This record gives sequence, structure tokens and C-alpha cells, in this order.
Amino acid sequence: MEAFVHLDAVAVPIARPNIDTDQIIPARYLSRPREVDHAAFLFHDARRLPGSEEENPEFPLNQPPWRGAQVIVAGKNFACGSSRESAVWALHDGGFRCAIAPSFGDIFQNNSFKNGLLPVRLPAEAVVDLIAQLEAAPGATVSVDLPSQTVTFPDGTTHGFDLDPFAKHCLLNGVDELGLTLSFEEDIAAFERRYGRENSR
Amino acid sequence: MSEQFDDLPRTMFEKIWDRHRVLDREDGQTLLYVDRHLLHDGGATAFDVLRKRGVKPRAPDRTFATPDHYVATDSRTIAEIQDPRHREMVEKLARNTAEHGIRMFGLGDPNQGIIHVVGPETGLSQPGMLLVCGDSHTSTHGALGALAFGIGSTEVAHVLATQTLWQRKPKTMRITVDGTLGDGVTAKDVILAIIAQISAAGATGHVIEYAGSVIRGLSMEGRLTLCNMSIEAGGRAGMVAPDETTYAYIKGRPYAPADWDDAVARWKRLPSDPGATFDAEVTLDGSAIEPMVTWGNSPEDALPIGGSIPDPADAADEERREVMHRMLDYMGLTAGTRLDTLPVDRVFIGSCTNSRIEDMRAAADVARGRQVAAGVEAWVVPGSEPVKRQAEAEGLHEVFRAAGFAWREPGCSMCLGTNGDIAAPGVRVASTSNRNFMGRQGPGARTHLVSPAMAAAAAVTGHFTDVRKLLAGEA
Repeated sequence: MEAFVHLDAVAVPIARPNIDTDQIIPARYLSRPREVDHAAFLFHDARRLPGSEEENPEFPLNQPPWRGAQVIVAGKNFACGSSRESAVWALHDGGFRCAIAPSFGDIFQNNSFKNGLLPVRLPAEAVVDLIAQLEAAPGATVSVDLPSQTVTFPDGTTHGFDLDPFAKHCLLNGVDELGLTLSFEEDIAAFERRYGRENSR
Repeated sequence: MSEQFDDLPRTMFEKIWDRHRVLDREDGQTLLYVDRHLLHDGGATAFDVLRKRGVKPRAPDRTFATPDHYVATDSRTIAEIQDPRHREMVEKLARNTAEHGIRMFGLGDPNQGIIHVVGPETGLSQPGMLLVCGDSHTSTHGALGALAFGIGSTEVAHVLATQTLWQRKPKTMRITVDGTLGDGVTAKDVILAIIAQISAAGATGHVIEYAGSVIRGLSMEGRLTLCNMSIEAGGRAGMVAPDETTYAYIKGRPYAPADWDDAVARWKRLPSDPGATFDAEVTLDGSAIEPMVTWGNSPEDALPIGGSIPDPADAADEERREVMHRMLDYMGLTAGTRLDTLPVDRVFIGSCTNSRIEDMRAAADVARGRQVAAGVEAWVVPGSEPVKRQAEAEGLHEVFRAAGFAWREPGCSMCLGTNGDIAAPGVRVASTSNRNFMGRQGPGARTHLVSPAMAAAAAVTGHFTDVRKLLAGEA
């Protein structure tokens, strides 16, 4: 897995709550394997005018100052809904390495950690402030530092965020959980001996 | 492992959590053992990961599969699936499960169906289990008193390889619904009323336990509908304490426990202890719940059928006002319009939320002797082969067909349209599924979530309507 340590990058605001994973990647693109570049599926329908392949100029990701954004900033409950990990793949392949919101869909948050995408939870007022700064100065950058667990806004203010220590360790080192868990083989086998056939049928 | 806690009152969630702890890390992460792992045809990536790493599934006997997302609902063989991408997804599930000795209820198997219908129906989902599946609606299985939640594809690979999952202990929330449900009010209306009250993020980070007289009075199928939509309130999982309703439901099913009496004795120890505390408490008066309809693009945008489209001018803040304008624009709605005057173009009765035999019966009771309104296309998609067989044994398919509904083959179908069953742009759908997100049922499709009886009522009248009027013979 790709490590995440520090990022200075353009942040794009999408000032709406409850942006669901069906918006992030419509269901008709879920049959694509991981090897396929998912960038073209990111916000596929929202990025286009209804019933057309033409870009919707109003969608922030289509606006020149934000085309290279690597941070997405959104309202509460970002990426709620379906467990589709391809929502993370689409963001990742679309260049995003960090998402900032007051809250996230639980499954999306877990999926993010597995793909080198850092989900940052900040208080709602801080996110409102950040979105206002980004809208006032399109193309402004934020600085995200994982070791110190801080985000620095365009106005220079720094905001700390909480993060699960295990997820932090895995992201900082690009460690894959599976490799680690396989090293606990003896513990799992001991549990299975103790547990026996309970709940096996 | 759990003995040390036996003196303290624990919630059902805590009991199940404790029972499945393989090890705890000092940083608060726990490695949990998975009793039951369910797979569907959207999970090929996880097998690709195993293959790349040269790892085999650890407990294929605890793993069960069925294709549902990509199966056609007008045919029953893989070869007849028209879209090559869809066909490949179903083929891959068959290949991957065969390669690793995992039992699959494939197309043509008498138990095939939507994974969240198949699990409970076969007896695979049981009280006290830790059950996972790479699908957010895995919360469904909590209705039996299991801890059941959805995971992503990397986690699916992790569970296949190790039969375990790292988790940080979530918070707990008890939602108590007391009182008595009125006639024509169903579990679907209860969960929509709950989400409307607590919001689509109301239970984020929490495992919900549903309690109260209304929940105790629900059938097992009603509880499955209720728990199914826990994720739409942001809940990690939703659960109902097992009781006589639960035991009676499981008894005699193909995968019911071989040690039945011991199993029931274990299950009786599961309900939350008196005095156990929850991180959050929510209460609703069940007697006040009415048949619900959603009008916006989040399940929280639900109102009683007697209501009207809300006015963005009345929004609590600017952000909400903008969201409401956006939703009304997408949904083609005007503030102030009565919900029971909105015309429908299509009706979908199905999905892991509402495709079980009681749902079929409730819809058929409304359809019986009536006709689907002119210009409306109405589908009934049973949740599984056993549901389909039972419905046909009761003659329900004939009721639907006589009324002008299409009676189709089991699968996820129009809930999310991965198999190509979608609605055209601008089409208004009365749907018994779980999500009214923009584009969920096809780009531009306008989804309104309702119960099966309310969907059938919309089909036969051509607009959303209070099903209680039809049941009372007033229409």
C-alpha cells in the first residue's frame, strides 16, 4: 500500500452534506477490476451535463483552479451509503490523497485507510471555514501532516485531528494489514481451538 | 476471554464482541473472529488479491456465496446474461468459489437469491454470530441477534485469508419504539421514520439495538427490513434481541444449528442485561408512525404520505436550503405539492429491504382485483428462489400478473441497477428499495422509497396514495 506522510496540495470544496458513494462512482462502473484506471468514473454523472458526455462547468472538479486538486473538502457524512471500495479507487486514481469532512461513512473511512487515502475529520465549524477560504481563493492549497496530525488552512491556521493509531501506523509506513494479521496465525489458530465448532452451522 | 466482564451488565453487542476477540492491541484495535462470511458476485477483487499474494481462504466452510448484483431478472442461466461484463462477474464468482471449495447457491440452485435474503432464509444467519459481507446492507442479518456489518473489498480479502477482521469498538445506540403500529404501517415505515428523526448520519460510528413493543411485535421479516436500513442512518450495524419469534423462524431451516437445544440456550443469554448502558438513546412513539414516502435524495428526506413537499424557504440554514433546491430540481418537484398527488411512472417491488414472502403478500393484497394504472410499468422481483416458489404456491404471481405487474426472477435488480435494470432519466419510481440517491436507479431516475403495500397502491392508482384508503375499500 502507498504510504501517506505529508501533503501540500490544492483543495477542492464541495459544500454539501451526505455525498454518497453512488455519486462518487455510479453503480454501472463497479464491474471494473482494480487494474483499470478509475479516474474517468470519479463523480461521473455529476461532472457531466444531464444525458451528455459534455462537462458540467459548474461542478468544482471541472473548474481550472481545482483540476489538479489532491484534497477534497465536503460536508458531513461524506461517502455514505454503499460499501463499494471503488469509490476510494476513483478518488485515488483521480489524484486525491486526502478527504476532509466533519464525518464520513464508516465503511468508506475503513476502505480509505487500505488505499493510502487519508480521511480527516474536523469539527463542522472548521470545515465551513475551510470551504469559505477555498471558495474565496480557488486553487488555494492546504498542508496535511500525518505525523503531527494537523491540517494547515490557506489562512495559516493549523487544526489538529484525531486518528486511529493503528490506521496512522499503517498509512505512515505503507503497511498492509493482511501481512500483519498473517503473522498472528498462532493466535488465530489458538482461538479456533478454544472456540471449536461454535457457530459453525 | 469474556469471563472477567460477566459481573458487569453488558449490551448484546458487547457480549457478541467479547466472544469473538482473538486479540486486543494496546492502541484499541481488536482482531475479531468471523463466524460467517457471505459473498456475492461483486467481490471478484478480493479473490484477485488472494491470488496475487498466494494465500488461500482459511475457512471455506464458514463462507457462502450467491450471485445477486449482476444476475438477469428475465432469465436464469449465466449464458443468457446479455452484457458480457455482467456475465463475467457471475462467472467469476462461480469460478472463484469452485476453486476454493466455497458453497455457492448459483443460478439454478433452489436457494439462489439476494445474499441478505438467502442468509436468514437458509438458516446461515444466526443469533450471536459475527457475520460480514462485502455489502453495506449486511446490517440486515442483525435482525436475528447477530453482529453483522458490511465491509470493503480489501477487508473481504482479509477475512477470506484470515477469517478475522481488525476493528475499533464502535459506540452503542438503543432506539426504542414503543406503542402499537396502526393498520397499513410496516417495518419500512418505522425505519424511514427513524432515519427522518435522527438523520442519515444519526448513528454514524454506532451499533444500533432496536427495542420496544413495536420491535418485539414485528415478524422476523419485518425486523430484517428494519435492520437492513440501519446503514442509511449511518449505523455500523443494527440488531434485535433474539426471542421466540427468532427461534421459530430459524428452526427447521437447512443450516439451522445441529445442536438445536444448546444453541437456543446460548441465544437466550444474548439479550442486553438489565442495567446495560448505551452511548446514545433514541425513542419514538410507534403509534404516531404513518405510511412514509421519501421526496429527496437521502433516506432522511421522508414524510408521512399525508404531507407535502417541503419549502426550501423554511430550511433551518443556508446549506440545507441549497441542498433542498438541488434535490427538488433533480426530483422535478415543487414545494407545497401534496405527496399523494405525485404521479408515478414505474414501480419496483423488490431488493434486500423488501422482497420476502410477507412483502409479496402485502403487495398482492393491494394488487388483488385491481389493475396497474395506464402508463405505469410495475415490477415484482422476489428476493430469492424460495420466496418465488412460495409466492407461486400461494398464487401470488397470478394476482400480480392479472393486475398487470411483471413477475420476474430473483436478484438485486432495480435497487441499484448493476445488472442493467434501470429507469430512464426523469422517470419517477415508487421503490421498495433502500436508497433514493441521485442516479441510484439510473442516471436522472427519480426514486421515492416506500413499503411494498404503498408501492402496490401507487401502481394501481398511478400516483402515491395512502394505502390505508385502499385497504379500507375507499378507492
